[in-house]
Amino acid sequence: MHALRFNNLTLGYDHQPAIHRLDTEIAAGSLTAVVGPNGAGKSTLLKGVIGTLVPMEGSLGLGSFSRENIAYLPQQSDIDRSFPITVIDLVAMGLWREIGPFGWLSAAQQSLVEKAIAAVGLSGFESRIIGALSGGQMQRVLFARLLLQDAQLVLLDEPFNAIDTRTMTDLLKIITRWHGEGRTILAVMHNHDTVRTHFPQTLMIARELVAHGPTESVLTAENQFRARQMCEACAGPPHVCGRSVA
Amino acid sequence: MIWDTIFQPFAEFGFMRRALLGCIAISVGATPVGTFLMLRRMSLTGDAMAHAILPGAAVGFLVFGLSLIPMTIGGLTAGLLVALLSGFVTRMTILREDASLAAFYLISLAIGVLIVSTRGSNVDLMHVLFGTVLALDDATLILLCSISSFSLVTLSLLFRPLVLECADPQFFRSVSGLSALTHFTFLLLVVLNLVGGFHAIGTLMAVGVMILPATSARFWAISIGGMIATAVAIAMISSLIGLLLSFYYSLPSGPAIILVNGIVYGLSVFLGPIGGLLTQTINQQQLKI
Repeated sequence: MHALRFNNLTLGYDHQPAIHRLDTEIAAGSLTAVVGPNGAGKSTLLKGVIGTLVPMEGSLGLGSFSRENIAYLPQQSDIDRSFPITVIDLVAMGLWREIGPFGWLSAAQQSLVEKAIAAVGLSGFESRIIGALSGGQMQRVLFARLLLQDAQLVLLDEPFNAIDTRTMTDLLKIITRWHGEGRTILAVMHNHDTVRTHFPQTLMIARELVAHGPTESVLTAENQFRARQMCEACAGPPHVCGRSVA
Repeated sequence: MIWDTIFQPFAEFGFMRRALLGCIAISVGATPVGTFLMLRRMSLTGDAMAHAILPGAAVGFLVFGLSLIPMTIGGLTAGLLVALLSGFVTRMTILREDASLAAFYLISLAIGVLIVSTRGSNVDLMHVLFGTVLALDDATLILLCSISSFSLVTLSLLFRPLVLECADPQFFRSVSGLSALTHFTFLLLVVLNLVGGFHAIGTLMAVGVMILPATSARFWAISIGGMIATAVAIAMISSLIGLLLSFYYSLPSGPAIILVNGIVYGLSVFLGPIGGLLTQTINQQQLKI
């Protein structure tokens, strides 16, 4: 059973591919780290899965569930931290599928929101403005929102970028618990040590597939060297399949 | 007595009452929209759109004379056309949004000035640029109040999507397909309020009522609701004071209203408890101790 199937998938911006002919599948219930050099197309891949980027070529198949069953953690840099929204309001947006643009929170939903905030250790922070939080606290807020989304497929874009170790330990516990509950998790990761200790599967990309499989067999020095070379080759003028475009 | 000074002109003159009502309508409609423009870092987009509506209003004026409906529809069309064209160029070409918007509004402004100055008199140009808040007729007042009611209702329906679109657009796109609709409805509200505003205080000044109170409110309130309420209050009080100054000292009313807003802004920059200069200085002093 697969949760995600990439069929010769090409994704990109402005007619330039950022991911080229990716062909592999993510098993249902797996916990997979997506690794690769900067500019390898890791975030692009997640944007393809949530549907904000339409495939330029090939296709992307979701297994037994629909797009509604995907929860997505954007990179922190994609969020406007200066926008005056409170912790509780941002977390409650995890219930968007239920409440939509106009719905009220029922008493039951209200208590769900409070429980999610408590579960990430932020009780008492409900009415804080997100601009007043530290990087670690902000990431806890976003995980509380993911908890509310209660999705079968969880996509995390650099969940541990620039946060303290204690927060990272707490959030890794949540991820491990999701894994135990049979959810499929795909996380863009930078720290290979964390990947080795916590992620059974790894997908290494460098604009195209480098390796995919059990973490130990993927995170080899040889693969990492190859990935870097492939990305450097891509860093030059735009090209498609090695041919330069005029 | 000070109360006489404040109430006398409005008690005595119908045109002053009408001017006040018109200004209040603009304050209630345009200022909340301006608050979101500021929070989305689109303050200058408001300015660009204000210029963009000019040729539409001018064509309406050219064909039908100084008539309310054609100038409104013309302004609305020109504003939306510029918004859509610049959106199209941004999506399809290498140009970024600020540059493509600048290009289209400058072209639009030039066409507008050309039309007004070849076919109309200087008085007409002054009317479009600076408005006629002291001579609002029934139809214009109804238009202003309708626009501000429509704007308030739409904004409250749009509130949650708009907040998410501003704060966390990637997440919003992952849970909802309303992103593009939200953006364009918001732009529609911007244009609509500017078109309403230009009848009263002119195309160039209308954007002032939209943006200045919002930027002042940033220094006084933390939440979005608080900011909007503060901004609307600032806009209303500034309108009142501006109209009185214009009455007693024979100043042009549009600029008088905007300048009072500007003074409030200046005070807010210095005294505002949230990130104002004074607070920042005190905080830094405390850090040193």
